[in-house]
Amino acid sequence: MSVDLTASLYLLSGVFFILAIRGLSSPETARIGNYLGMSGMLIAFTVTILNLEDNSLSNLLLIVAGITIGGLIGTFLSKKVAMTDMPQMVAALNSMGGMSAVLVAWAAFLSPAAFGLEINGYIATASMVEMLLGIFVGAITFSGSVIAFLKLQGLMKSAPVILPLRHVISISVLFVILFCSYLILAGSQNDQLLFLIISVLSLTLGLLLIIPIGGADMPVVIAVLNSYSGFAAAIIGFTLNNLALVITGALVGSSGAILSYIMCVAMNRSFFSVIMGGFGEEGIGGEKVKETRPVKIGSADDAAFILKNASSVIIVPGYGMAVARAQNSLKEMVDKLKEMGIKVTYAIHPVAGRMPGHMNVLLAEADVPYDDIYELTEINSDFAQADVAFVIGANDVTNPAAKSDPNSPIFGMPILEVENAKTVLFVKRSLGIGYAGIDNDLFYQENTMMLLDDAKKMSEDISASI
Amino acid sequence: MDISPLVYYGSIFVLAIFVGYYVVWSVTPALHTPLMSVTNAISAVIIVGAIIAMGTESSGTSGTISKIVSFFALIFASVNIFGGFLVTQRMLEMYKKKVKKDVE
Repeated sequence: MSVDLTASLYLLSGVFFILAIRGLSSPETARIGNYLGMSGMLIAFTVTILNLEDNSLSNLLLIVAGITIGGLIGTFLSKKVAMTDMPQMVAALNSMGGMSAVLVAWAAFLSPAAFGLEINGYIATASMVEMLLGIFVGAITFSGSVIAFLKLQGLMKSAPVILPLRHVISISVLFVILFCSYLILAGSQNDQLLFLIISVLSLTLGLLLIIPIGGADMPVVIAVLNSYSGFAAAIIGFTLNNLALVITGALVGSSGAILSYIMCVAMNRSFFSVIMGGFGEEGIGGEKVKETRPVKIGSADDAAFILKNASSVIIVPGYGMAVARAQNSLKEMVDKLKEMGIKVTYAIHPVAGRMPGHMNVLLAEADVPYDDIYELTEINSDFAQADVAFVIGANDVTNPAAKSDPNSPIFGMPILEVENAKTVLFVKRSLGIGYAGIDNDLFYQENTMMLLDDAKKMSEDISASI
Repeated sequence: MDISPLVYYGSIFVLAIFVGYYVVWSVTPALHTPLMSVTNAISAVIIVGAIIAMGTESSGTSGTISKIVSFFALIFASVNIFGGFLVTQRMLEMYKKKVKKDVE
């Protein structure tokens, strides 16, 4: 196959990937987009196979074996994962992407001739820089994603882990990486050892960067790591002079970056402050003033009575709904209300849950029509006309302190203005503080009724008594 | 005078970032989770690099290690491709169900 044809076909697969993302602009076109994405991948794969230098049967079988092993694992994971666990799944996939970038950079470093990177027996400086960058970004993506996965899966405490002098440690590690890179570029004889040191230190850096970031910041972290995995691929694309990789890497990189930006805006936090980590430090360790204000606590029967007599209800789901896997019971409750002619809609805050769009997927799984689901800006003014705001598993995203208390850590964050509804029903396991470690004034309002129970059990109980 | 590969691929990279920027803003927030899983899948096009490394006639210790390393890269990237596309498909199927129901 000629070089030009090869490059054109790689370009074609890049175009298919663009269309795959473009398809996601609406649920109707999204599935076609996904098939186009698969086709793009198939094109890239086929072109590469047809251009193989060593197309002996044994080698092809080895390639098929590798793909079969990976394919089986991937297929198994994709069928098995619960929708509530999608953030973990994405973190796991991110880590794979990061690791592939590291390994391909290593492969290129060890046999540069295979990739045409040698000039007079030495690796060209530009290629070397690209490989080092690929290793660096790929390794951070890998270890960072692994930590994010462990935190999301509950295998590691999701609270921020704050090491003493963590910034000093991270910067020192970065400095050593830069120094080793300099030695390699200066032509050191021990380049393989240095390459290994850089790989290990980059892995360490990814770990150091993610352990201080707490659970509720995970939407940003996942989006950032997603972006890194894209850029790692793009960098490798430069090393391999491969169009498909460069285009795709840029797409994925900007996708992740935009999602991180959306999440940061939704939390009114600067990108920098999330990356520096340690959010919620003040609230957790400090002595809290014991709250003495009265709270109205209701039963499922009370809630059912209020809901039955409402004419419009807005549901505000949050991470608690995902944890309790309450989406189906919630849907059943809503169906009963709808049968009675009550208007029910859903309001979703951009950072509800643990990743962008997390709540939407869960509601889709429970068969909630997506026309019933509204974003923050679309629905916020409707709360004033609503009879009931039904908050299930959300907390900080409804906290009025974000508007009224300049000292609050979440001050300035856009919130769902549930306090404007005639009655607020707040499903929560206990009266504990939210992730940000701050009290929610909403609990003590006249028109708020707390429903203290597991989100799933409460929805079922309410359904039963409607 | 020939343009250097770095500038050539750099130009494409910059333009692709702009394409990505506009295309991603057009994605509906309801589909942000599928967006993340599908971008995971497509970034695994790095499998191309793994296959190239697997498919070269190499010799010596570093050549052998290179092949082993790229074999693992191949596995990781395949997990990403299959896992990413299939889980995206599974999510999108759930959105489809409801469109049908509404029509009925």
